[in-house]
Amino acid sequence: MSRPLFRHLYTRRQLLRSGAAAAAITLTSQLWRAQAQNKKEITIGFIYVGPKDDFGWNQAHAEGKVGLSSLTWVKTVEEENVPETVAVEETMRAMIEQDGATVLFPTSFGYYDPHILRVAKEYPEVQFFHAGGLYIEGVHPKNVGSYFGYLDEGHYINGVLAGSMTKSNRLGFIAAKPIPIVLRNINSFTLGAKSVNPNITTQVIFTGDWALPVKEAEAANSMADQGIDVLTCHVDSPKIVIETAERRGLMSCGHNTSQAALAPKGYLTGAEYNWTSVYTQLAEAIQAGKTLMNGGIPHLIRGGIKEKFIKTSPWGPAASDEAKKAGEAALAQLQAGSLVIYKGPLKDNTGKEVIPAGVEYGQRAIELESMDYLVEGVIGSISS
Amino acid sequence: MATTSSAVSRSVPLRWRSSLEPILLPFGALLASLLIFGLFCAMAGANPFAVYGSIYRAAFGSWFSWQNTLQRAAPLMLTSLCTILPARMGLVIIGNEGALVMGGVAAVAMGLWAGSLAPPVVVFLMALAGMVAGGLWIMVVGALRHYRGVNETISSLLMNHIAIALMNHWVGGPLRDPSFLSKPSSFAIDEANMLGRLWGTRIHFGLVYGIVACLVAYVLIQHTTLGFSVRIIGGNPKVARMVGIAVGKLTLLITFLAGSCAGLAGMVEVAAVHGRANESLTVGYGYSGVLVAFVARQNPAAAVAMAILLGGILASGSILQRSHNLPDATVLVFQGIVFLLILYSESLYGRFDFFRDREPSEPA
Repeated sequence: MSRPLFRHLYTRRQLLRSGAAAAAITLTSQLWRAQAQNKKEITIGFIYVGPKDDFGWNQAHAEGKVGLSSLTWVKTVEEENVPETVAVEETMRAMIEQDGATVLFPTSFGYYDPHILRVAKEYPEVQFFHAGGLYIEGVHPKNVGSYFGYLDEGHYINGVLAGSMTKSNRLGFIAAKPIPIVLRNINSFTLGAKSVNPNITTQVIFTGDWALPVKEAEAANSMADQGIDVLTCHVDSPKIVIETAERRGLMSCGHNTSQAALAPKGYLTGAEYNWTSVYTQLAEAIQAGKTLMNGGIPHLIRGGIKEKFIKTSPWGPAASDEAKKAGEAALAQLQAGSLVIYKGPLKDNTGKEVIPAGVEYGQRAIELESMDYLVEGVIGSISS
Repeated sequence: MATTSSAVSRSVPLRWRSSLEPILLPFGALLASLLIFGLFCAMAGANPFAVYGSIYRAAFGSWFSWQNTLQRAAPLMLTSLCTILPARMGLVIIGNEGALVMGGVAAVAMGLWAGSLAPPVVVFLMALAGMVAGGLWIMVVGALRHYRGVNETISSLLMNHIAIALMNHWVGGPLRDPSFLSKPSSFAIDEANMLGRLWGTRIHFGLVYGIVACLVAYVLIQHTTLGFSVRIIGGNPKVARMVGIAVGKLTLLITFLAGSCAGLAGMVEVAAVHGRANESLTVGYGYSGVLVAFVARQNPAAAVAMAILLGGILASGSILQRSHNLPDATVLVFQGIVFLLILYSESLYGRFDFFRDREPSEPA
């Protein structure tokens, strides 16, 4: 029965947005009319691998799509629960042929190879944007591009809040798979927490796959039993983890999109993708005549908090003033681009030095993309 | 229903009537399910007639949609045979997913090992590897059933999980391509060794494999002594033994053939769609195949039609979301209603006088 409820939430959100848009339009109607005439309509298709109200990856993109409704010249179509098989290829073709889409956002990581690459070759005039960093210059078609956000900056802020609030000095991180992008979030979370509280440890549990609700619940419960008092996660849908944390009276930090509604007592903040901002920037670039093919839009677009690719959930009710202040300070540094999360000397949790003293790896450092370690303070192993 | 109006009765040649039954009953069930689904759509706030129109356009309305439908139907034809063949000898096997996975992995392994040979040879070897792997996988189920009396439905279901776990181990370990970042996958077979597309379309050759396999299975079951023996076992295994049919050998043979069809489906997925083995093999083609088999009343030729029907329903799911703003689950509701009613219509066979074969002289 949860689905209809969330759908209502959705409509309400949409209503609010369109209400705001309507007000704005009335105020500036003359100006708007003049502008609207020389803008061409663009149809954009969004494809999600799971339900678009999953409180996770898919919902983050679906919210980005809803955010585009403030652009009157953008028409959107969307489809959820599309598996990574010929089904997604057919959906892409149908959006292009039947709905006239010229820009597609197939948002699942696994859509890229071979599905997006195959359809992109068939429709060289349509632009395909994929969330991830899989584009290879010279190998992949020119009408394909990658965009991605450095979500670990949001997890760093999560860590700052968690480190300030914890009483047991024990934090928990439930993760899907030990791959670089997940490890980076765990490490940034831990480094953020250690920046305000050097005594903390982060217990990590890998569930083994992106959506294993039962294992996620078990992991969350066992962490609660061990005396861990702040939980966060990197799985497709954080819903189960956050709900379990709330039920067990733990504090929690979100991932992918805001889970504040699931944890009215214990939510501290969350690392969120700001896809509305990214999609609006891209749509406006395309409206201005820029494309991937003519080089107007780069094939790899990335950003963090500074570039408005990432945002943090508004401070939750559980956060103390002191914790909020620490969070604001770190956020301000990230917004200014002056904070380097990974700098030497940095040891992994086996005591091996992974970044030597005097070396700094900024947001875009290529070394961080192949991360294969857990920093000191994390309890867990990537080979487990 | 007992006395159908004689004007209608006489206008249809009497000897065709019994063959009309298996066509008209499912068709009637389809119409009835459209009616119920229309009510559902109306309740969800969509105009049922617009929805019908969209479903038709998205599934069968143009060559573009036909290609969409046929692509989705291709693997289901092959996986359905994994249930159909043993069903004819009285075994209910639902290990289609596992056999598909084993076939896919074996095909990739063969494609990597023999990749340097001439492409047609490689494709043949991959198909062979997929069929042997899937065949042996289900033959184990048949052997357990025949020699140890293990329930074939349960064992084949459980073996699905073993197959998926084995695949995850192989594509995450020995066969893993570390440079492929999307998800743990095997190395890719060479582009030259991939199955091509049918001339001028985007449909891959798997469709041909599916149709040919279904027709061969049909002839095998309906028109050969072997098929006749299989059907006798299905009717009464004790009688079959008494008349000297080698039940054990046939059980092993039929379960091997059944598994090899699902294994071939795995090979097709690998060689025509993904180029690698990974978790995308386990998207439920095996379980949908079970559905197709039952709806086709375990008839291999009817499986072609039912796979196309299911492919069409899946293809139309897309447009229900995009044009009518109906939730994704709508297509599952439709699929559920259609197949429930088609299965229910089975109980109506023989209930209508109209379909009974009669001597022309006999009054209606």
